[in-house]
Formats: sequence, C-alpha cells, structure tokens
Amino acid sequence: MAITRDEVLHVARLARLDLRDDEIEQLTAELGAILDAVGKVAELDLSDVPPTSHPLAVVNVLADDEPHASLDFDQALANAPAVDGPLFRVPPTV
Amino acid sequence: MEAVIDTLRLTAEDAQGLVEHKELSPAELHAAYRHAIAQRDPELHCYLRTIEEPVGEGIPIALKDVISTQGVETTAGSKILAGYVPVFDATVAERCKGAGLTLLGKTNTDEFAMGSSTENSAFGPSRNPWDPTRVPGGSGGGSAAAVSAGLAPWALGSDTGGSIKQPSALCGNVGLRPTYGTVSRYGVVAFASSLDQIGPVAKNVRDCALLYSIIAGRDPRDATTVELPEQVTLPTDERLDGLRIGVPKQVDGLTAIEPGVRAAFDQAIARARELGAEVGECDLPLSFEYGMACYYLVAPAEASSNLARYDGVRYGTRVDGSTYREMVERTRDAGFGPEPKRRIMLGTYALSAGYYDAFYGQAQRVRTLLIREHRDALDKFDIIATPTAPTVAFPIGDKAADPLAMYACDVLTIPSCLAGLPGLNVPCGLSEGLPVGLQLIGAQFGENTLFRAGHALEQAIGFDTVPTRYR
Repeated sequence: MAITRDEVLHVARLARLDLRDDEIEQLTAELGAILDAVGKVAELDLSDVPPTSHPLAVVNVLADDEPHASLDFDQALANAPAVDGPLFRVPPTV
Repeated sequence: MEAVIDTLRLTAEDAQGLVEHKELSPAELHAAYRHAIAQRDPELHCYLRTIEEPVGEGIPIALKDVISTQGVETTAGSKILAGYVPVFDATVAERCKGAGLTLLGKTNTDEFAMGSSTENSAFGPSRNPWDPTRVPGGSGGGSAAAVSAGLAPWALGSDTGGSIKQPSALCGNVGLRPTYGTVSRYGVVAFASSLDQIGPVAKNVRDCALLYSIIAGRDPRDATTVELPEQVTLPTDERLDGLRIGVPKQVDGLTAIEPGVRAAFDQAIARARELGAEVGECDLPLSFEYGMACYYLVAPAEASSNLARYDGVRYGTRVDGSTYREMVERTRDAGFGPEPKRRIMLGTYALSAGYYDAFYGQAQRVRTLLIREHRDALDKFDIIATPTAPTVAFPIGDKAADPLAMYACDVLTIPSCLAGLPGLNVPCGLSEGLPVGLQLIGAQFGENTLFRAGHALEQAIGFDTVPTRYR
C-alpha cells in the first residue's frame, strides 16, 4: 500500500515533526512497506467483534477526594528549558 | 574483592543471605559489582550511567533507563530527554528502595523502548556478553546483558511486545513479563499504555520470583493496577506432574525459527515430559497470522499519543523557533531518533481521519480475537510453550536498516502481550554457542504456575548462565 509524499507531510504536521527532506523521502518508502504488512488486518471480517482497548476486565477506579502534597514550583520547573518566575516560558503562540 | 565475590555466579538470593548474616557488607557487595562494571562494561555498554556510592542497606539492582529515579538522570535512551533528572521516583524504584535495594545504575535501552536490539539507543548499542559482535536483544538489552555479565545481580526491565523476554532469551537469563495490571507504571516513561509492563530480569527463576514479589501489587497512583489474587510463592518443586503444557501447532510452520533454536526447544519440551508434564498441541492460528500486524498498529498508535508530551516546554531538550509551533516541531525532529519518528508517523497515520476504522479500529478487533484464542488454549492447558525468539543473537548491524526484519524478532512474544498474559523466559540450551530461550505463557495472574514450571525445568536443564568466554 503506497503512501504519498503529500500524505507523509500531512501526517508529519499532525505529529508536530519538522522532518528534513531526506527523512520525508525515507519515511515515504518505509511507511509504505510497513503499511503493506500491517494492512493485513483488513483481510478479516470483524464487523461483529467488539474492539479491545485494555486487556484487563477492570471496572472504574474511584479515589477519595483527599488533599495531598504535590510538586512545589521549584520541583515542577526544575527540568524546564526556559522559565519566567513561576511559569514555563515559550515563544509566541500566534 | 573479585576473588571472594564472583558476581558472575552469585544469585540475588545468596547475596541477600550473605548480607543478612553479616558475611558481607552492602558496601562491599556494591563495590564488587562496581569492580565488575569497570572491567567489563567499557566493552558491553550495558549502563548509561552508574552510581558510585550505594544508598541503602541491601543488595544492588540495576534499573532500565525508562524508570524514573529521583535525582538520577533518566533518558529512556533518547536525546530528547538528555539531562532530564526526575524530581520523583517511579513506584517500582520506590518499592526497590523500600526493600533496601541499592541502585547500581541505569541500563541502556532502545530509544523509548522501541526496538529489539538496543541499536536504537541514542547513546550507542549494548553488546551481547556471549559474543560482543552481536546484539543483546531489546529493548531491554542493557538490563539483560548486565545480569548475564555479572554487572548486576538482577535488574528491572519494561516489556511492551517482548522487551524483557527477548533480551533474556538472547543473553541466557530469566525474564518475566508480568500479567498486565500487576505492576505499577507510575513514573515509567510510557510507550504503549495498554501493553507496557515492568518486570524482573534475573539469573534464575527464584530470584525472578523474589523481585516480582517486591514490585507487584496495586498502586493508587496507577489506576490500571490490581491487587494480586494470590501471594507470590518462591518455587521449590522439581517435578511437573499433572502440569498441562500446550505447544501451538503453528510453531511447526514458522520458518523463521532457526533449526538450532527448534532443537533446543524440542529438548526442553522432552524434559518437561520426563518431569511429568502432560504435553499436547494447542491452536493459535490468528495469533501467528495477525499478531504482528495487530501489534504494529496498536503500539505505534498509543506511542504517537504518549510521545506527544515531548514538546520542549516542561522538560527535555528544546530547539528554539520564532513561534511556539515552530519550536515544538524543531525540538521533536531534532530530539527523536529514526525509530520513534517511524512509530509516531505510523501511529498518527493509523489514528487519522479516514484511516482510523480500517487500521486502529480493525487492530483493536483483532486483539479481541487473540484474547479469545489464548483463553481457549488456556482452558485446556496451564501453560503455552514456544521458543521466545526465532533466532539466537544476531550480529550488530544485521537488521538495523530493515524495520520489518527487526519487528519480526518479536513474532513469538507479541501475541500473549496483546492478550495481557504473563510470560517467562527460561534459558534452555545453546545453538551456535549462543543462548536459546524457552517462553512459558500462563493464564492471567498465573505467575506462580510459571515460576513453578520454570524452576523445575531450569533444574532439569542445568543451563550455565555464565557466558562461555567468562568461565
């Protein structure tokens, strides 16, 4: 199953990857081959089979609403590439 | 030091005994492993970093570098996390500390645990202690190679589609992928959350069971965890009377299995019969036919979502840009290596509008069938047995340029991972002078049955876990 260069660029935009030209070329070829292999799942008629998102039949877990300590500002910001006081600093968003 | 403590042969259980009886101090033990690391790790590159001074009063342990360790850099083998120093411990790291275990270091892994050889580590591959021109398997090749080379008495790994079991097979030691939900993933770098499990790597089955008992059990910080329905028991039985072992008939048709691997597997099954097990044939047609395709849709889809968090804002590296979006896109292109990019792209594609139902939705339905197929087999048998990996350790570089060839390394480990079932690798012999692994798959929460069977087989097989060139 072939995937086009335009499709690769579209998916890269969705995935927030600024791919280089050589990467686009290589991924177009590799993803085509991988999609051929995984596309095998389409052979089966599974219209009456429910999907599985989680292998354990667990029910929802509820916790008591009790206050507890969390990371303080210094800890939460300790690994940030750029901070401004108690805030994460990022380039303009628009 | 080396003369009195042979780290190649010392089991964790024996090490614990020596410390408890004050024949050895925790500091002496730690120093013995540091000595072994200094001797052998420059060649093997099992560790991404080591700890000089032990903190704790027990025996040492190595942790795969996907496990957050407070104050100790944790990179998941990725440049995008280089320099990241967690401000908290993963629950499994906390439980190891609670049991007195001292951290020896963080072990190498394929980037974000994506791979079957550790060649995808951004910090260079690890090497197989049996033959350093070959891979130790992956993604947890660092942990497996460290245990086999006597650079740690035991270690923790993580397993999404075979990352504990396959390296243990290729390095000749014991590795457990536990039942999904039995071990907390809190603080562990996420790859594919409906599959990821943390588990022990050890020299023998008793050590493996002991370490599993330390890390298993419900954690309020990971809502997918449950209490173990029964306590872990350290195995002692040397017989397998009454144990029903099923061998999938599809093993015969899998041409990827090397003859030497098949021969060692057949001998292990013959041993099981001698020990009293009832061996029969089971049927897993869809698992062998569609397991790989299902996994390489489900896992990348989840990975593409989990890895969205690496955006250069809160942690990790950042490449500047004039806008927020440009910064994020540049950071991710520079920070991720080829394999995570491949999987992010594949997963994003499989989840995107127009393709979701045909790929991801369909794979989730296939997964339901694989679960049913395993359940049916495990109604008739206590254990399903196959080789763990189709081949012995392969030369470094052999599959690095062919993603599909690398993915095929996990053809035998993947189906039971999708089904959420526990799997134990037990070394069962040599082929071409390299270890072969036996994979034992159990029912959900069937770890004790796996330990019992693995222990009895280990005694009967008598595999020497010390790599030939170190003897």
